[in-house]
Amino acid sequence: MGVATLSTASPPPRLADTASRHPRSDPPHKGEGGRRASSDFRITAGIVALAAIALLIGGAFAGLLFEGAHDFSGAWAAFDPYLLRVVRFTLWQAALSTLLSVGPALFVARALSRHPRFLGRAFILQLFAVPLALPAIVAALGILALYGRAGYFAGFLSTVGGQGWPGIYGLSGILVAHVFFNLPLAARLFLEALQTIPADQWRLASQLGMGARPAYRLIEWPTLRASLPGVAGLVFMLCITSFTIVLTLGGGPAATTLEVGIYQALRFDFDPARAVTLTLLQIALTFVVALALTRLGANAVGDTSLPVAPRRYLSVSGTETSLNVVLILLALAFVVGPMAATVMAGLGADLGRLAGEAAVRQATLTSVVLAFLSALLSVMLSLALTMARRALALARRASARTLLEHATDTGAGFVLVVPPIVIGAGWFLLLRHIGDVFAIAPVMVVTVNAVMAMPFALRAVRPAYDAASERHERLCEQLGIAGWNRLILVDWPSLRRPLATAFAFAMALSLGDLGVIALFGSDSVQTLPYLLLARMGSYRTEDAAGLALLLGLVCLALIMAAHWLGREKYRDA
Amino acid sequence: MPDGAASRLEKGASVRLDKVSFSYGEAPLVFDVDFAAAKITAIMGPSGSGKSTLLNLIAGFEMPQSGRVLIGGADVSAEPPSARPVSMVFQENNLFAHLSVEQNVGLGRSPSLRLTEADRTAIAAALERTGLAGKERRLPRELSGGERQRVALARVLVRDRPVLLLDEPFASLGPALRDDMLDLIAAVHAERGMTVLFVTHQPEDARRISQHVVFLDNGVVAATGKAEDFFAGAGPDVFRRYVGASARDAVSRDIARKRT
Repeated sequence: MGVATLSTASPPPRLADTASRHPRSDPPHKGEGGRRASSDFRITAGIVALAAIALLIGGAFAGLLFEGAHDFSGAWAAFDPYLLRVVRFTLWQAALSTLLSVGPALFVARALSRHPRFLGRAFILQLFAVPLALPAIVAALGILALYGRAGYFAGFLSTVGGQGWPGIYGLSGILVAHVFFNLPLAARLFLEALQTIPADQWRLASQLGMGARPAYRLIEWPTLRASLPGVAGLVFMLCITSFTIVLTLGGGPAATTLEVGIYQALRFDFDPARAVTLTLLQIALTFVVALALTRLGANAVGDTSLPVAPRRYLSVSGTETSLNVVLILLALAFVVGPMAATVMAGLGADLGRLAGEAAVRQATLTSVVLAFLSALLSVMLSLALTMARRALALARRASARTLLEHATDTGAGFVLVVPPIVIGAGWFLLLRHIGDVFAIAPVMVVTVNAVMAMPFALRAVRPAYDAASERHERLCEQLGIAGWNRLILVDWPSLRRPLATAFAFAMALSLGDLGVIALFGSDSVQTLPYLLLARMGSYRTEDAAGLALLLGLVCLALIMAAHWLGREKYRDA
Repeated sequence: MPDGAASRLEKGASVRLDKVSFSYGEAPLVFDVDFAAAKITAIMGPSGSGKSTLLNLIAGFEMPQSGRVLIGGADVSAEPPSARPVSMVFQENNLFAHLSVEQNVGLGRSPSLRLTEADRTAIAAALERTGLAGKERRLPRELSGGERQRVALARVLVRDRPVLLLDEPFASLGPALRDDMLDLIAAVHAERGMTVLFVTHQPEDARRISQHVVFLDNGVVAATGKAEDFFAGAGPDVFRRYVGASARDAVSRDIARKRT
């Protein structure tokens, strides 16, 4: 062996004598090591994650295209007046829902921002976050328990209306449910926007003696107007892709959207050609809306964190105060009503018997296991994408971002554009040629929900990872801490909490989902939402109410855990 | 061979930047400079003159666009940071917040924290040397700013590399504490004889421990020389203007104004 070989292979020289060198003085790692090894590991993980996501979505598209090509005339023939009616209704209900959610939310947010300190404010904001956590089917049931034909308000509404209360199936039911979900969300987003107004502006306003009206015109409205397109776009998007609400409250062909149409075409009419047409239309629609959304600079992912009100310097007049109180109380009643109804109706059910039922136990177990796996997968995908994005950003330094980095960054958010039903439908069509569609149910539920929860998980994991990397990157490079070592010794301790947050959130989302299981569910594979839907369908309302209470509480507990884990910051600087 | 004799014989490695150019996308920095082996060299210069970049290039955190980095005569330009015979202490974030003092130092021996008995002895000795005995189990947040930098120094001791890079590690400490730390560096240098490159803004810090000065301006080496010459007023004009302006400002504003 030549001298040259020896010197290149030898460890970085130690300064002191050979005596103090301990026997295992090989270099931290041989030759390669350092940056290249560590970023390779991270980038590889990201590529694997992207490939998995691409496979899931690409497979669905392949199924759709294959089916469309297979039966092109059938797919073309599906463009009939009924289809046009479905498209029109999809857009119409989304537009109305957006208007009814966003308009009032503007006023509610302003009322809350005018009173930054009062008893119960934080509690109200927390209540406004609950709909985000509540599975849609639970909310739908709560709304039925309140305003339905046999709901708590039915008697009162009958007297007011002068005739028998028909219940709120159809457009009215869809609108109430969508506003229940989106008004609090929009209010919180607007409030966040209002709280970005610097305290100095308020100080200035009070010094200049600005009253409520000019302050609104000159300070608040410009801020609200800036965030209005983004918020409205987000709500519109959520309403276009809403499935569970329309399925459970829509009722009949008069009130059907594209998503529910896909489900009906596959599960009831078994008309694959029509399903393809509907799915492609749905994709086109969401794509256009998403494109408009990014133009408007909207943030496509809702947040559960609680905005903290900065100190304000303003005096609010007595009349304005009472007006604001009325406004806030009305919004509160609207949001709390269905939740309270869920609890009351749930407690009215024979919970003991339900708990003893084998079907309920089996569905609970299935739900928990599938949601757990889904959350695990979601967190792993998010972590892989986060690590790859950071490693790529570090490696490129000043040069332009590569396509791969874009894919790990904004690309991940775009999975929200592809509704779960669409992915489910694509795989449903693909797999029916191969074998038993229903046997694949667990895999579909786990993977699709994992990918759907990913944008939310990313939001919890990415800032924490980037901050930790900011502190530790050079140190790790110098000390040669890379790969698995780094994950265990350095990354895991600072990511434990954000990963737990992401996990709990993803699990709650997946637990409450009805989209994929509605397509793939069967007697052999049932989740809690699926069982709930079945009980609703067979008019066992009491059972459904009991199950809804159970499901709602579990999801709420998970979201609260996510919130609590997310807030407790790592105590070190 | 006894300890002391060996380290006296095998001194720190020389560091050479051979026409190294580097750019963050703006005006390029070009370094062509030699650092004497086993000496303490202060690297000074105005903000943005490229002091930290110079250290990052030597440590391997930045890759030169052209030119070579030589340590002890060997070209290390292609080596990753962990394979270079270099230890670096940063201004902050030298420690992992969730690991104890002992573990943080131990990472200097094994990046997977699999430590032998010999490693543990070396770690204990380094902690003793830096005045941290009895604080092995503490977490960084339970230490003062000065103590945290001592932990980083203890890790430098167990890593035992021939070149030590200090990137303003004491900038956030008070004057008395800073002097203590500088004296510790000087003492360690006297024992081990490694090559120390030391970025600082404070002329008095440089005067206190350094034997050489390298002065950077606008991304190039503007002047090099012996520390005593620099501080005796025999330094180049650029250096005198850099040091003098601040010193004179403190004495009298009138003089400074007349000169401009």
